Parts: sequence; C-alpha cells; structure tokens
Amino acid sequence: MKSAVFEYALAGSLDEAVELLAQHGPEAKVLAGGQSLVPMMAMRLARPSWLVNVNEIAALKGCAPGTGEASGCWVTGAGLRQVDAERHAGLAAGVPLIAQGLRWVGHVQTKNRGTVGGSLVHADPSAELPLVARVLDAGLVLRRRAGSRVVAAAQFFDAPFVTAVEPDECLAEIRWPVWTGGRIGSAFEEVSIRHGDYAIVAACAQVALDEQGRCLRAVLGVGGASGTPIAVEPVASALAGTRLDESDIEAAAAAVGGHLDPTGDVHASVEYRLHLARVLCARVLRAARDRALRA
Amino acid sequence: MNEPTRRITVTVNGTEHEREVPVRLSLVDFLRETLRLTGTHVGCEHGICGACSVLLDGDPVRSCLMFAVQADGHAVTTVEGLCAAEGRMSVLQDSFCEAHGLQCGYCTPGMLVASHALLDKNPSPTAQQVREAISGNLCRCTGYQQIVDAVLLAASRRSGAAN
Ligand code: FES
Ligand code: FES
Repeated sequence: MKSAVFEYALAGSLDEAVELLAQHGPEAKVLAGGQSLVPMMAMRLARPSWLVNVNEIAALKGCAPGTGEASGCWVTGAGLRQVDAERHAGLAAGVPLIAQGLRWVGHVQTKNRGTVGGSLVHADPSAELPLVARVLDAGLVLRRRAGSRVVAAAQFFDAPFVTAVEPDECLAEIRWPVWTGGRIGSAFEEVSIRHGDYAIVAACAQVALDEQGRCLRAVLGVGGASGTPIAVEPVASALAGTRLDESDIEAAAAAVGGHLDPTGDVHASVEYRLHLARVLCARVLRAARDRALRA
Repeated sequence: MNEPTRRITVTVNGTEHEREVPVRLSLVDFLRETLRLTGTHVGCEHGICGACSVLLDGDPVRSCLMFAVQADGHAVTTVEGLCAAEGRMSVLQDSFCEAHGLQCGYCTPGMLVASHALLDKNPSPTAQQVREAISGNLCRCTGYQQIVDAVLLAASRRSGAAN
C-alpha cells in the first residue's frame, strides 16, 4: 500500500500547472485533494510518473457569482474544498443542490481535503457532484497552455472515470447555472450501504413553480444507475405545465427506468437499482416541489 | 529511476521539522517513521479506516491520503499534541478511559483527533453530531456506543469546568 515512484512538481499558479501538463501530458496527473487519486496510487491502480500538486494555487479556490461570460452562474474554483463549498452561504442560496449533494459525500476528514473539481474529473458514476453538475448542466472550464474551453456537463462525462479532459488540460472552474424566475426548490437523495459511501443509486431534482404552483421547469437526474450520471431530460420536461401532483410524479418516476442502464453487483441487482431510481426520483420531486411551495 | 526527494519544513505539534523526504512518502509514514511520532496509527493506508487522522492547519484529515511534501509549510497536530500541559491527559482522553471508549486502541488516535476537532468547533454536540464527526473512523472493538459516551462526557466536563 505504498505509491510507486513518481516525480513531483508544486505548481505555484495555474499557468505553471498547465505548462507542466503540456510537458508531461499523459504521464502526469493533477494532484488536488487526493482523496481518490492517492488510494488508487497506493493500490497501484494508478501509476502516474508525474504529479502536479495544485493545492497551493489560491486562484483555484474561488467561490463567487459569475461575471461576463459566466454571468447568471455561480463560479467555483476547481480546487475549492468540498467542506468550503458545503458551508458557503452564498453558494447555498444560489445553487442549493451543491450543498444538498455534498451532505452525502464522504466524511469530514475527506471533505476537508477533497475538492469540487477533483470529484468531477474523477467521474465516478455514482458520485454526487458529477450528478449535480450533469442535472444543472454546469459549464466546466478547461485550461491548457494555448487557452481555455468550456465544456457543458452534458458533454463532459464519457464513461465511468472517463471525461472530456485532455492530458494537457486542467479543470480550472465550474460555472453552475443559477435559476431565476418562479419559486425554486431542489432536493438530493440517495441510498448507500453506510452514510458517506458511494451511492448505490442517487437522484436529484430541481423545479421552478409559478405563483399558482404550476411547474415552469424541472430537471431530474440519477447517479449510480448507468456508466455516467444521467439527466432524464424527456421525463423532466414532460413535467412542465403540471402541478407536480402525486400522479404526475409517479408517472415521471415510472418513466425514468427506460433511460437508465444499470449493472448488478454484490451490493445491488439491476432490478433493485431500477427500483431505487424510481423511488428516489419520486422522493426528490416531491421534496423539491414542497421546498418550492415554501419558497 | 532514482527516488526523487524534496526538502520540506513542517510544523508538528508546535515544533518545526526540516527534513529531506522521498516525494512518495505518505504523511503518516513521515510522522511515524521519520519523526518517530508513533501515536498516529496506520491501518488501511488507503483512506478507509480513519486511524491515521491528524489535524492539518486545525482541520481533521487522513494522513495516509497526503504525501509528506504536501504538508510543506503547513502545521500538523497529532494525537501527541492533544494532551494537556506537562504530558497529562486531556479531559477528552481521560473521558475515553472513564467511559471505556477504547479496547485494543487501534482506532483511538483517530477517534481522539476527530472528536477533538468536533469539540473545538461545537463544545456541546448532540449524540447525533458526535456520530457524524466520527463516522469516518472505524472501530472493530467498542461498537461505538462507548466512544459516543466518552465524547459527550468530555463535552459536559469541559462546559462544567468553564462555568
Ligand atoms: S490508514 Fe489512513 S484511513 Fe486507514
Ligand atoms: S478500540 Fe479496537 S478498534 Fe476501536
């Protein structure tokens, strides 16, 4: 349980980090919170020959409303610690799903180190933050030496642990869309073996209601039931115009399974995962509706 | 490949230590083997058990999931640094003895670090908050109940002392 030999560089800035990645590309790994990478290195599942430590780059730890191109979003630096994201009052007001999802992530010791961006780039199909990013269709800003590009979460997650990030790129910031208009509510729920473990299945939803309680807009997603987090867009958009009554919610939850492709393992069969997806989707829709009605 | 090394300076329990270390040396091995501070235990070495918990700049983290080079310029507190003046046990440590919060002692340093960090931020936690604070720490012996009792006992003793 010791890492193999590697070369190490402490990046003092994002420019320096992407310069190092340009030089060492596929051989190198970015070391952020290390809560997934370091265990993988200890088990020799990962053997990067270079580690680029980005933990000391203050510019990666921002958390503020976006301006310019990012206006209408909250912008979090990729290196923002999960604990700081969870406790940020402004972020919780703008994009409550982030803190609602983080409540299910790991333990205090891992959240004190783990970063928002690290979880997204690791792309575990049952992880919470990738699901929130996918459901809200966050924008992920990838930096390389030659410049930067923004990848929508819908295009970011390719397969389990595989993302659109190229070897010479570093995730710099995440733009989380802030909903405006109507009364807004959101909710995140999951079932796991023990609290803090990866979800067997997770679900989250966000809805906007008009003054009469009619649904203006809804998003809904499921983690742990496909190779990537899934936003069930056709199901969610069919909820627009309804009052999110019990029958609307039950019909939506029943339709979710058709968009999922779960695998069975020692913890849960395919049937059980589909059952959980249905139950959890109904739960998050109800909870999101009730929060919106109280908003 | 030669083993790459770096010179680092880490403040551990208030004392500054400067050492040349292999970059792949974990923080827990640095504490235990380089500095001979064996109070911090090492169990799984891949972030599951919590036995290796230490405070990094005041916050609990798993020291097996950090390389020692990442602690360069930072302050670490280990279980050795939690005791009261003159090497006497702290109220929290004493409460663990009293409430039978330990048996084999494998998990104890991690439990002490996690609950110390909790009481620092929240001097009168509920049992549920204690459970949450130690949820990242595995204990194979006690069944956890006595550990929760110990932390609650420490909280009540500490608030009693303040009154
Ligand atoms: S030794 Fe670090 S968590 Fe187990
Ligand atoms: S006292 Fe033995 S593992 Fe906790």
